[in-house]
Amino acid sequence: MELINISNLFYKYHKTDVLENINLTIKDDDFLAIIGPNGGGKSTLLKLILGLLTPQDGKIEKKIKNNQVGYVPQNTNLNTDFPITALEIVLMGHVSSKKKLFGYSKEDIACAMASLSKVSMADFANSKIGDLSGGQRQRVFIARALCSNPKIMLLDEPTASIDVKGQREIYELLKELNKSICIVVVSHDISVLLNYAKNVAHINKNLVYHSLENIEKNVSTQNEHLCEVELLSALGKSHVCCDHTH
Amino acid sequence: MLEILQYDFIQNALISGILISIAAGIIGSLVVVNKITFLTGGIAHSSYGGIGLAIYTGIPVLFGATVFAVITAILIAIITLKNRTRIDAIIGMMWASGMAIGIIFVDLTPGYNVDLMSYLFGSIIAVSSEDIYYMTVLDIFIIGIVVYFYKEILAVSYDSEFATLRGINVKFFYTLILILAALCVVAAIKAVGLILVIALLTIPTYLAESFASRLSSMMILSSILATIFTISGLVVSYAYDISSGASIIMVAVLVLGVVKVLKYKR
Repeated sequence: MELINISNLFYKYHKTDVLENINLTIKDDDFLAIIGPNGGGKSTLLKLILGLLTPQDGKIEKKIKNNQVGYVPQNTNLNTDFPITALEIVLMGHVSSKKKLFGYSKEDIACAMASLSKVSMADFANSKIGDLSGGQRQRVFIARALCSNPKIMLLDEPTASIDVKGQREIYELLKELNKSICIVVVSHDISVLLNYAKNVAHINKNLVYHSLENIEKNVSTQNEHLCEVELLSALGKSHVCCDHTH
Repeated sequence: MLEILQYDFIQNALISGILISIAAGIIGSLVVVNKITFLTGGIAHSSYGGIGLAIYTGIPVLFGATVFAVITAILIAIITLKNRTRIDAIIGMMWASGMAIGIIFVDLTPGYNVDLMSYLFGSIIAVSSEDIYYMTVLDIFIIGIVVYFYKEILAVSYDSEFATLRGINVKFFYTLILILAALCVVAAIKAVGLILVIALLTIPTYLAESFASRLSSMMILSSILATIFTISGLVVSYAYDISSGASIIMVAVLVLGVVKVLKYKR
């Protein structure tokens, strides 16, 4: 089932074209990697899908409600000194639910704890976010996104500043979640991501779509720091890529 | 020394000190975690325009300062939400122009000879019973708003992008935080003055941040620390016959320095 359909999308900051004629369909069982160079328009596309930015031309059709879209921001943008616990962060997923004068309802707390359990972070519920490792913090943000029972989860650079072992653990978790949720990951570091993604959208103003369904997923294990040019080259050599190019 | 407690002005000083400390602990925490100390400084100094205007027109000084500070807070919120690129220059201009307006109105007031230094550096022993009623109302308002909107304020302060996605009106709550900061500044003017109020908002909070794992516990701890600093500062002020506002701030700075050195040595 199609969840999001993007057609003829254009976006520019001031007078600089960031996205040109983007066409993309995201299905409910997809694990899509949106890759590309810094400044290529990856995060802009994500913000357009989320509704944080408005398309200047073209259309983004969502077949789901806004609250069914889970979002995991780039956690390096957030203040690690902020006095907040893992549980409080996850409870933010419920912040617009029915108003309660003091604190959160028992149902909200139970749901938040269940989300933390899903990402194996229940034991750290009362830990200050700044005391957790980068990988643990990312799990907490995934738990927050899970709170609203999303159909699709969008993640912006989820493995930034995390070691390779931690990256694998995050992607294993996302692979598990992908059994019931569509996963879209924006990243410029594709070395580990490639093992888990089903499809790749390469963005550098324009979008080129590749299916990875039939590719042998051993590229990243041979070279942890494979660059995008090598990836695209590898995809070309495998003769199975580009089942459709927009 | 306890005999000084029988004097009304000392009782007023203690009560107002506690009231200000509660407000400063709560709002100071929001100021520090939102990194809006400079904006709050701008609001504090702009409110001097309200003081001058109030003296010139004959309305209560704290009321004049409140209206002026709230209008400044709303203006700063509108400007910062629209474009942050030149915000430091704009705040600097509002900071100075507010003070200039205050000075001009005071100059234009015929026969005015009240010590203006008390509004710049504070004079907690000059706090009247009416001032205490006003501070109490402001405290109740600040606590009520923060408690009722705690979840929203926490979400906006920590991750405004996610808060927007959850349907929270980020612009409204950002403006609300600045208005609360303006009200807190006005409540503290009589005690520590415009120039020193920022120290009372930031020093106890900065100290509390190291020990708190929640924003709510940071607010409570900051309020307790601010109360301790205020009362200790008053005692020092009385013992050495020096300015109360400056004594309060120096006690806070000394404790902060000692704690940071001890933490660094560990």
